Amino acid sequence: MSDTTMGRISERMPRFIRRIEPPVAISFACIILLLLFGGLYSSAFLSADYLLQQLKVASFLGVIATGMMLVILLGQIDLSVPWVVAAGAMMACAATAYGPAATLAAVPIGILCGMLIGLVNGIGVAYLRIPSMIVTLATNAVAQGLMVVYTGGFSPRDFATEEMRYLATGSLIPGVPNALIIWAIVGAGMVFVLTRTTFGRAVYGIGNRERAAYLSGVNTRRVVMIAFIAAGGLSAFGGVLLAGYASKAAQGMGDAYLLPAIAAVVLGGTSILGGRGSYLGTVAGVILITLLLSILSVLQMPEAGRQIIYGVVIIAMLLLYGRSPANQ
Amino acid sequence: MKDWRYWLAEQRGTLVALAIFALMFTIYISNHPAGLTTNVAQTAANKGTLLALVAMAQTLVVITAGIDLSVGAILVLTNCIASMVVTGNAFETTLGVVFVLFVGALCGALNGLIVIYGRLQPIVATIGTGAIFFGIALILRPLPGGTVNETLADAMTGKVFGIVPASLLMLLAIVLVVWLPFCSSVIGRAAYAAGSSETAAYMSGMPIRRGKFAAYTLGGLLASIGGLFLTFFTYSGQASSATASTYTLLSIAAVVLGGVSLFGGRGSAIGAIFGAFAFRAIGDLMFVFDFDALWQPLFQGVILLLAVSIGALGLWRVRNRLEWFG
Amino acid sequence: MIGAEALFRMEGISKRYGGVRALEKAELVVEPGRIHAILGENGAGKSTLIKVMAGVVTPDEGRMVLKGDDVVFAGPAAAQKSGIACIFQELSLIPDLSVADNIVIADPPQRFGMIDRKAQRRLAEAALDRAGAADIHPAALVKDLPLSRRQVVEIAKALARQPQILILDEATSALTAADVAKVFQVLKRLRQDGMALLYISHRMNEIAELADTCTVFRNGRNVATYANGSKSNDEVVEMMIGREYHNVFPPKPPAAVSDRAPALACRDLSWAGRLKDISLSVAAGEVVGLGGLDGQGQRELLLAFFGVLSGLSGEILIDGKPVTLNSPAAAKRGEIGMALIPEDRKTEGLMLPMSVRDNLSFASLDLLSKASVIDSAAEQRRNEDMLDLLAIKTAGLDIPVGALSGGNQQKVVIAKWLMRRPRIILLNDPTRGIDVGTKQEIYALLRRLAADGAAILFYSTDYDELIGCCDRVLVLYDGAVKRELKGDEISEHALISSALNITGNGHSLREGAEA
Repeated sequence: MSDTTMGRISERMPRFIRRIEPPVAISFACIILLLLFGGLYSSAFLSADYLLQQLKVASFLGVIATGMMLVILLGQIDLSVPWVVAAGAMMACAATAYGPAATLAAVPIGILCGMLIGLVNGIGVAYLRIPSMIVTLATNAVAQGLMVVYTGGFSPRDFATEEMRYLATGSLIPGVPNALIIWAIVGAGMVFVLTRTTFGRAVYGIGNRERAAYLSGVNTRRVVMIAFIAAGGLSAFGGVLLAGYASKAAQGMGDAYLLPAIAAVVLGGTSILGGRGSYLGTVAGVILITLLLSILSVLQMPEAGRQIIYGVVIIAMLLLYGRSPANQ
Repeated sequence: MKDWRYWLAEQRGTLVALAIFALMFTIYISNHPAGLTTNVAQTAANKGTLLALVAMAQTLVVITAGIDLSVGAILVLTNCIASMVVTGNAFETTLGVVFVLFVGALCGALNGLIVIYGRLQPIVATIGTGAIFFGIALILRPLPGGTVNETLADAMTGKVFGIVPASLLMLLAIVLVVWLPFCSSVIGRAAYAAGSSETAAYMSGMPIRRGKFAAYTLGGLLASIGGLFLTFFTYSGQASSATASTYTLLSIAAVVLGGVSLFGGRGSAIGAIFGAFAFRAIGDLMFVFDFDALWQPLFQGVILLLAVSIGALGLWRVRNRLEWFG
Repeated sequence: MIGAEALFRMEGISKRYGGVRALEKAELVVEPGRIHAILGENGAGKSTLIKVMAGVVTPDEGRMVLKGDDVVFAGPAAAQKSGIACIFQELSLIPDLSVADNIVIADPPQRFGMIDRKAQRRLAEAALDRAGAADIHPAALVKDLPLSRRQVVEIAKALARQPQILILDEATSALTAADVAKVFQVLKRLRQDGMALLYISHRMNEIAELADTCTVFRNGRNVATYANGSKSNDEVVEMMIGREYHNVFPPKPPAAVSDRAPALACRDLSWAGRLKDISLSVAAGEVVGLGGLDGQGQRELLLAFFGVLSGLSGEILIDGKPVTLNSPAAAKRGEIGMALIPEDRKTEGLMLPMSVRDNLSFASLDLLSKASVIDSAAEQRRNEDMLDLLAIKTAGLDIPVGALSGGNQQKVVIAKWLMRRPRIILLNDPTRGIDVGTKQEIYALLRRLAADGAAILFYSTDYDELIGCCDRVLVLYDGAVKRELKGDEISEHALISSALNITGNGHSLREGAEA
């Protein structure tokens, strides 16, 4: 690296750092602390292999959390994640039974299923004005019902296609897992949408005050519906990747992703009330949660201890920076 | 003069839930091979009571415009504890019950403290505490097991005078001892006020913090009664994450069916009880109509989706679109 | 100058919010049996002063003396116990509770630890009666009452506490004229009973009628205290703004005659029993006022034009051609070019936590973007133009709009719509609760926009504004246009008489309304 680029970087650094919000900074600081702590235990924690492996695992949560963030920014929530993830994975795998063309299109088919459920969520929230917590709870139950009936009645194929496995476990660029590249692309797209497009502005505006956004002539209902469709698609995509990673789809595979997705978004500084938050924070939250769970399991912490530490970390970090303003 | 119309308007949510329950239960009973026998009533009452307890717990928190996603975890934790301490002679059993209730109230109080003094959003705070409660349950019961005082268990899930399901009497007692005093006290009113408009409640000098704290604590207490009841059914304890998440989600569904506003300030635990029973009756319909059990989750999901969409029908009457935004 | 009779004294009270000082060594003396008016521009410290009195805000320094004893209030509840009741500008009623629940909320009657509903009902009925609102049912939910009735409930609630000092902060801003008259009677009776009343209002005529003593605040200090009537309005206004005060309203141009179709018109517009066969037209270059008592359909009319109401009957015409507008998005589109400055800037006009930039651009995103991607350079340019055009005082485009003063927030609301260069501008009470200086700027701006060819329809609750600003005024009563006033016909007298729907010669109408 030449002197001039170094100079330019150090010139730009302060402004870049200044623009980072405290929650994001704290999350990244915690990630580094975790790694240092792990490094004390075993130097393997600081190896490139381990870190890449963690980033790969984080990618699945990252893709799902991206959709969750979009919905949370609107001041809504998507509780249908568990069965949208499962439905995406199961439908993509089941597609292999319908000929080579369907096998090739397995990934889009899975994503499409998620978008359909997202569409129902979006119609319920945006057009029927049902609180998102209820609609998504109901669609989650419906998706579960559909999957139970489908697997029970048709015993479909549940093996992932070559493409799915390649997306989740291969590496196009040697050493860099494809899943990570996919997350990077999804993330870059999200950053662009949130910061540079009218849709992104509308999302923040609606999250802050939907009434004002509507009176500003923004088609708030369409924005909300599109956001839910996107969230459904991303959850299902996460499910497709997970199926590729595990080589098969299973019914309960999405259960473990709802709360971590919400926690990652919120730990990254996005307000659960909507209207405020940056994608960088979500990235930090996803990595933090993945790393925390991984280190605890490497330390052979039993499931019980992991749950407790997980809960304590969420609450402690939010107490640090996620508090609402005091009453006066 | 027209006082009754104001009363009707106030109780509309509860009455609608009662009507749904009555309709579903009638369909259920009229198609049940055995008809309305005391045994059928007992089974229905027991299943409904468990969900009703959790739904009441959820209602208390929802009234303050909060949400308790840890309610299922409290249920599971207290179930595990009950399977360890509610045994032995009458005295030991009583102590055990008191201890279980204490733990439940403590869990609720912890939620309350974090939400009130930590000023965290209830939804994320209870995600965190829920993980903690469930972790503790796992430590206590890594594997399903334990026992419970069977005399007590059978008495609580049985019939009184051979007719009335004991669980219903217990539910009635809880309404009389916990719910009615709460909602007609200053503390309870403060909880409603905080849910309806926290700023206005503060400006009016209401004891918001005490109101919210009481709501969360009583919520934990009711969830622990649910935990006890679960132990009475199963004679054992199990740290099952499926039970925790299912009951959390079902409690929200029951609360919504019961006419409690998720935005806070409106609704009653009695409505939530009917909501819970209605929800159970809907699930049971599957069996009397001889559907494959495979279809039950889908059926419940569709019913839930339809039920929540009914509330949206009022939208067609909205002629000022700003009303969409509350 | 005031001796032992002072009921309550504030000495050297200061309060800062961050770097901004809201109160600087403020002094106030409150005497029993008198109505004490507090005047001042927005941001002069009036709101902070009464929040300190009501225990909502703790002062940084200074002392408060109640009946000779030093007092410190830990919260609103403590102030209420000491006999200070406050009616805030933002209503402090709980929407989901009943009127009776709300009235006794601070200290409900109890038996065995439970609230005694019968006693509560009696107390509520008595308090409603005292507030001159016996027609409100105590079991009704507050959220089902119209705004003006809620304000009366608020007064009843304050009275139920039997306070020694009653503070009214813009308490009449949402009231209809008939309600104001009733409230004034109540207040005068309370004064006779020996209560001390603090009355904060922007309406000079109300203060002239009601107050015994007036104190003017400016920049967080009390600058003058005088007996009501001893200063002229011009003198008072000068004290408030600290400069000469001339020609509030810009001159009106002579009425132009044009044969072009009016930019905005409607024929037989009706809606849900709230709008009844309204026909009107607004030509380009014209400022048309909507007058009348509050809540006679003016807001609904503006919302109807802007595409917010559904189920309209009748026709809306733009440039003489009938159109159907289903949403604000349709109303703001290029060929229609309509803008609505909404009533409540905090919930309808702005997203307070978002930056000035985001708020300014929010209604114009379609114009500032190509294929949905925002052109940052163009956005920056247009935003800066708007800051200049309206002289918005802000530390930058990136600070949250909620950090600006009320007047500057209102300017942002107007600027965000002017950025679209609208041809038709609807304004819903745009100067409510903002300071005199900003008001003047808005009046001048309206005139300038009209001169540039905009058609302006302007609802105001302030008669002076309608008289000073409008070429024509349509007075609404019960959802219908009762009278159209032109040019010199627009007088306070004519406005009030038609607003009350009294035909003929109605001098002494204020008295008439009070009777």
